[in-house]
Amino acid sequence: MSTVIPRQTKELDRVVVRFAGDSGDGMQLTGSQFTTVSSLFGNDTATLPDFPAEIRAPAGTLAGVSAFQVHISDHDILTPGDAPNVLVAMNPAALRANIGIMAAGGTVIVNSDAFDERSLDKAGYEANPLGDGSLASFTVYEVPMTSLTMEVGKEVGVKPRDAERSKNFFALGLVSWLYSRPVEPTLDWIAKRFAGRDDVREVNARAFKAGYHFGETAELFDSNYQVRPAPAEPGTYTNVTGNTALAWGLIAAAQQAKLPLFLGSYPITPASDILHELSKHKNFGVRTLQAEDEIAGIGTAIGAAFGGSLAVTTTSGPGLDLKSEALGLAVNLELPLVVVDIQRGGPSTGLPTKTEQSDLLHAMYGRHGESPVPIVAARTPSDCFGAAVEAARIAVTYRTPVILLSDGYLANGSEPWHLPDLADLPAIDAAFATEPNHTDDEGNPVFWPYERDPETGARPWAVPGTPGLEHRIGGLEKAHGSGTVSYDTMNHERMTHERADKIAGIARGIAPVEVDDPGGVGGAPVLVLGWGSTYGAIAAGVRRVRARGLAVAHAHLVHLNPFPANLGDVLRAYPTVLVPETNLGQLARLVRAEYLVDARPVSKVQGLPFRAAEIEAAVLQALGTDTSVHGDEGDVAS
Amino acid sequence: MTDVAVPITTRKDWASDQEVRWCPGCGDYSILAAIQMLLPELGVRRENTVFVSGIGCAARFPYYMNTYGMHSIHGRAPAIATGLAVTRPDLDVWVVSGDGDALSIGGNHLIHALRRNVNIKILLFNNQIYGLTKGQYSPTSEQGKVTKSTPFGSLETPFNPISVALGAEATFVARTHDMDRKHMQEMFRRAHAHRGAAIVEIYQNCNVFNDGAFNAITGRDNRADMLIPLEHGQPIRFGADGQRGVAMPADGRLQLVDVAEVGEDAVLVHDEARDDPGLAFALSRLSRGPFEPTPIGVFRDVQRPEYGDGMARQLVDAQERKGPGDLASLLASGGTWTVG
Repeated sequence: MSTVIPRQTKELDRVVVRFAGDSGDGMQLTGSQFTTVSSLFGNDTATLPDFPAEIRAPAGTLAGVSAFQVHISDHDILTPGDAPNVLVAMNPAALRANIGIMAAGGTVIVNSDAFDERSLDKAGYEANPLGDGSLASFTVYEVPMTSLTMEVGKEVGVKPRDAERSKNFFALGLVSWLYSRPVEPTLDWIAKRFAGRDDVREVNARAFKAGYHFGETAELFDSNYQVRPAPAEPGTYTNVTGNTALAWGLIAAAQQAKLPLFLGSYPITPASDILHELSKHKNFGVRTLQAEDEIAGIGTAIGAAFGGSLAVTTTSGPGLDLKSEALGLAVNLELPLVVVDIQRGGPSTGLPTKTEQSDLLHAMYGRHGESPVPIVAARTPSDCFGAAVEAARIAVTYRTPVILLSDGYLANGSEPWHLPDLADLPAIDAAFATEPNHTDDEGNPVFWPYERDPETGARPWAVPGTPGLEHRIGGLEKAHGSGTVSYDTMNHERMTHERADKIAGIARGIAPVEVDDPGGVGGAPVLVLGWGSTYGAIAAGVRRVRARGLAVAHAHLVHLNPFPANLGDVLRAYPTVLVPETNLGQLARLVRAEYLVDARPVSKVQGLPFRAAEIEAAVLQALGTDTSVHGDEGDVAS
Repeated sequence: MTDVAVPITTRKDWASDQEVRWCPGCGDYSILAAIQMLLPELGVRRENTVFVSGIGCAARFPYYMNTYGMHSIHGRAPAIATGLAVTRPDLDVWVVSGDGDALSIGGNHLIHALRRNVNIKILLFNNQIYGLTKGQYSPTSEQGKVTKSTPFGSLETPFNPISVALGAEATFVARTHDMDRKHMQEMFRRAHAHRGAAIVEIYQNCNVFNDGAFNAITGRDNRADMLIPLEHGQPIRFGADGQRGVAMPADGRLQLVDVAEVGEDAVLVHDEARDDPGLAFALSRLSRGPFEPTPIGVFRDVQRPEYGDGMARQLVDAQERKGPGDLASLLASGGTWTVG
């Protein structure tokens, strides 16, 4: 009879776990399931999937390492954590690629079976790090995960080669024990996910349990840990990634507008999951078309918009390049269209699987002619839902293409989402034209496609099939009002201003930018201005500065074009404005040009989001305070 | 859609108030007239008719039609029309394009619209020249063509639009020319009646930059001997008295023959409905250019599920299977937990 030595369970307020292995090792699946279970348990969570562009880079190499980092805590957190406390490394390459970012004194759990000479060699290790003392500053647990998983496979009667593939479930089980995660949700999930593949399901479930029991019985770990649920607003929560939330937001917007949803899209990382998600929901009347190229993606969407759909195209940077001409057409047609850009590292193919915010100026100016396009940016994974609804609201209300910016970090990252009350979603009125709106010289009622709404500047949306409103639109300049082709120079100036004024006027319908400054607007000496996915890191960095007893303000933009009407006043209220962006200073350039303020860029272009510590350091430097920032102090409570 | 009878219209009802601005003598005028005179006969409504074009001389076409229309950007009309047609199956969507628009900058969209069998009717005005940009060679210009951009002659092998369309799995492929309104109208009528993607190549004279390109075959005096009318189920014969014909000897290569020599039974019978596009393709290669006897008419007319219909069916199936979409359930579909 085995004796289970009762060990203590230590309380932690937070932990950052990083699962790392080969691309084929299932680390993304393992990490996201650990996240889901932690969310269901009530922790606050934030994730950072970090994977290579290659589908399967050569096994065991540094290039093939895929990692998933998750931050779980008993309080409100904003980032996936600066430095992992625990690294699960399935092979030497995974260890080597990740050990450098570990928190001092962290825990490393390695699959010791994988540390053979060949694998060490592939990872570029001259000596086995498990034996040469190089990991002395960490607590290292060597667990023969491969062989233990293969033992499990034997029990089920599965070939060792197939059984070996379940070792990520062993790792998941072990880490689940280490952090006292409930096992039932994962067993249920395994049963569902692998339904119909009995052998696979059985091996995975058993490997998971074996990993859990290994932690419990092997006298390797002297304690395990507990991270209590985080206090949260009462309500119903789910865990959601940015791309899923964005897809759902589009469905919600179509419902609000009472329009059928159409997506024309060409697969591209990291936007494809929106196409995948929307193509599943045909029972919502969603039409998805995988076009022959990026241009046809937006082309089909423009056609659908002309026909009266809520039309969307989704892409990433290289695709936005290709869509530019059609986007200009949509500007001239003045039809509602949502263009989603999930930004990634550029230029050109750049870093397809890594995040960046470097398409802002492209979104703003990447077309010939005076071609204004509203821009909306999501700031967290769950915020992608609301940002999608807002982009659609602007598109439909103002009859204009809108660019919705997200990025790879938001797209693949996940967080708990307090589900919104659907009754609170904004009304979106498609308000199709049904009647002539003008009288010709002979007194006959006629339809003028460019007769604008005096309040919004929007032109009427008359869809084919409406008798009496037949009209022609196109890329050639149109006469104001009547919409016939016009080469008249003064008309062109007038129409150029009408288009610009319409977009600028959107500012009248959006909320002023909120400033998080405990001292009231202008109270702190430094304002940190952000947009998009830097939200979490900035908010966390600002908390850390405040925890030092220093004052700093934070404002975050949802609308990048036009800016909220009060932005100039807000910026001028602060002697120092910092603009952290994962680009070389694109928003900083825009606000400097617009408001003549000395906004200073804080740049990072490493394909990774900012860490809270980096924001903290930038603010401290601006404050002229001691800039020494200690490793990872975590997200301090607000 | 109502059951109210389609109002009786005339050509005038289908013409917009815009002044037509093609060069005097341009073949586009006769194509416009053919369409404007045909549509009243088709029993269709102006409000349910849409013309979508790209860029080029022909692309001005929608402005002259009193229907819904969009003059879009170069080469993209088939993509835009696809989005419209699949979301609005109640509409008649026509695409007006040229040899540069459809076969050069827009080649990709053309082949994929045909492959998908989207319910759009593509009128390809082929004048073998770039007109709007004032006279450069096009992807259908003959090899050796001297133009502003090829002063020493074009080096390129031209596309044969019928061959391209057949290779792209088109279900309806026809050819006509701008000198014969009746034939044009017959082709347009057939294209309109076809459920799915239809492409009609129209030999169109550009009297400014490529005048007379098709005279050798479409000129009034030349037609009988130089145009080979394709009629379904009929022996393929031409010449004033049908004295010439097309035959396929044992080597499988199509040949022009004297019917009297080979006998009537040896003349190939046209079968536009044949599933295998091989024969249609062979017919498309019969002539190397508009200087040899050239087939006109319907090369291919076969049935295949229309793309938008398939898309609509998937929506209906999904609703029958899962019920209409419920947003609250969707948001909760990944598992939820409750606080408080």
